[in-house]
This record gives sequence, structure tokens and C-alpha cells, in this order.
Amino acid sequence: MLKVSEIKVGDTYSEILVKDLKRTQIVQYAGASGDYNPLHTDEIFTTKVAGYPSVFAHGMLTMGMTGKMVTNYVGDGTLKKYGVRFTSQVWPGDTLSSIATITDIREENGENIVELEIETTNQDGIAVITGSATARISS
Amino acid sequence: MAIDKFLIEASHIMMFARSIGDDNPIYYDQDYKSDSGCEGIIAPPTFAQSSAQFDPDYFLRPKTGGEGWFGSGKEPTGLKPSSGGGGGAAAGLHAEQRFEYHLPVKAGDILTATSKPGNTWEKESKRAGKLKFSESVTEYRNQNGDLVITATGVGVQTERPVDS
Repeated sequence: MLKVSEIKVGDTYSEILVKDLKRTQIVQYAGASGDYNPLHTDEIFTTKVAGYPSVFAHGMLTMGMTGKMVTNYVGDGTLKKYGVRFTSQVWPGDTLSSIATITDIREENGENIVELEIETTNQDGIAVITGSATARISS
Repeated sequence: MAIDKFLIEASHIMMFARSIGDDNPIYYDQDYKSDSGCEGIIAPPTFAQSSAQFDPDYFLRPKTGGEGWFGSGKEPTGLKPSSGGGGGAAAGLHAEQRFEYHLPVKAGDILTATSKPGNTWEKESKRAGKLKFSESVTEYRNQNGDLVITATGVGVQTERPVDS
């Protein structure tokens, strides 16, 4: 868990979320989340009918993987808010890295709060998720 | 969307955590205690999305009976473009998702969920033509009736497939 005394605005934390994303993991996420939209798992439908170059990951899979980086940084069960925009699609074969940057540290209603800016990018440096998170931290 | 019983189960949390590549023991080991003081099995931040499993009307789950499974069999078939979806916003692709966490969600909890439509707006884009955005706000409450998570999803219906 983050401590106020050990952090400052501008600090960053990053992780590689996935290397060479496999279609199998997308299938695994479909099963766990219950979202069986064929655009994520059915290559034939997605290329021949829907007109995409291949199946692509659920946005929520990328948000989930990014959430792992966030909770590894701020600590389990400390999030107050977590929100993202899906700015570009994630394809099988992608390698994703995610970075959190501290934008604010404050006290609010007797709690210590940290604000993070979040960005997940692919191997070409294109942002696939941008967002923010708010977490409780200890003094 | 309305869900009467979203059972928060340890094995579902474990499978969900595995699917996002998160091997944190807080998601499968009942006896683990984390640095932040969490113990027991807790739900990962985006786990509320899997409430779709408990939504009787969820349209992205293949149906048993008459309609059967969707997706390609002998022929390439799937959902009609107008019924594609994401984020519970029931409109094309998932554009945005926000969660507010009010109280912890742990294995053993039983949640209810109710959704209401939020704002709608339109935008022109070079990559996909006219974009129609629609927001959906879902409130999750626990077995004590307390609000635990507010989830806001934004779906976008595109005029044509997004250029990559």
C-alpha cells in the first residue's frame, strides 16, 4: 500500500501487462466475463462479415489487465474510482505496457487520497486506454 | 438491465482474475492477507462487469433452446451489427467505462444491479464515420441494501468498422 511519506506528484509506476496477446486469453476472458460477442472470438465472422482484420480484445479485458497494474501499485481494496476511455483497439499479438503517474496527493474527509493518471500503450506506442484512478493511501 | 442475484463466488473471482492475468492471492486464497489489510477473497476492480453472467436477458450470451449458439459454424455468422455491444450500454463498441467503489465486494456477497440510461450524444470521426454514444449507469447493492459500486458504461455505435 502506498504511503504519503514515500510518494510525490509526478512519481510513476509501470508494468508490462501482456506480451504477444493470445486469442486463447481473449476466449478465457469471454468465458469469465460472460461477454461472448463474436467480434472477440470468432475470426471467420469478424473478418468475413464484420469487416475487421481479425478478432480483437474486449475493451474490458484491457481495462482488467490495466487494473492489475493499478492495484499492484496502490494496494488491494484501496480504489475509490477507476475509469478509462478505450482509445484504440487491442489485437492478438499485441504487447501492452501500462503506466500510472501521480497527479495529486491530498487529504479528504480524514483520508489520504492519491490521484493517478493512467495510460496503456501497445508495442507501437499507441495508447489503447487512457484513464484515471483515485485510491486511499496510508499516512 | 436488472439483476436480482449476482452471487459473488470465490471460484468465479479466481477464473476472472486468471483471465486478466492477475495472480494476486487476494483473488483465490481465503487465508491470504495483503499489505493494505485486505483478507478473504475480494473482487478485482472490474469484476462487476461479469454480472452479465447473472443477467437473464444478456444478449451477448448464446441462448439455449430455439435460437441456439451464435457465431460461425459451417458459415461465417454472428450477431447483427445493430445488436453488437459493450459495457452494458448495448450499442456497438465500448468507448468508456468508469467505476466508483463505495464499499468492498467480497466472496459470499450477493448483489443486485439496476441500470438506467444516461446521456446520449453524437460525433463525427475520420476512422469510423458518424459515432452515436450512449451511456448506461448501473448501481450495485449488496445483501444489506448498501450501494457498493456505481458503474458507468459508454457504448458507441459506428457507421462503419473502425480503421485500424
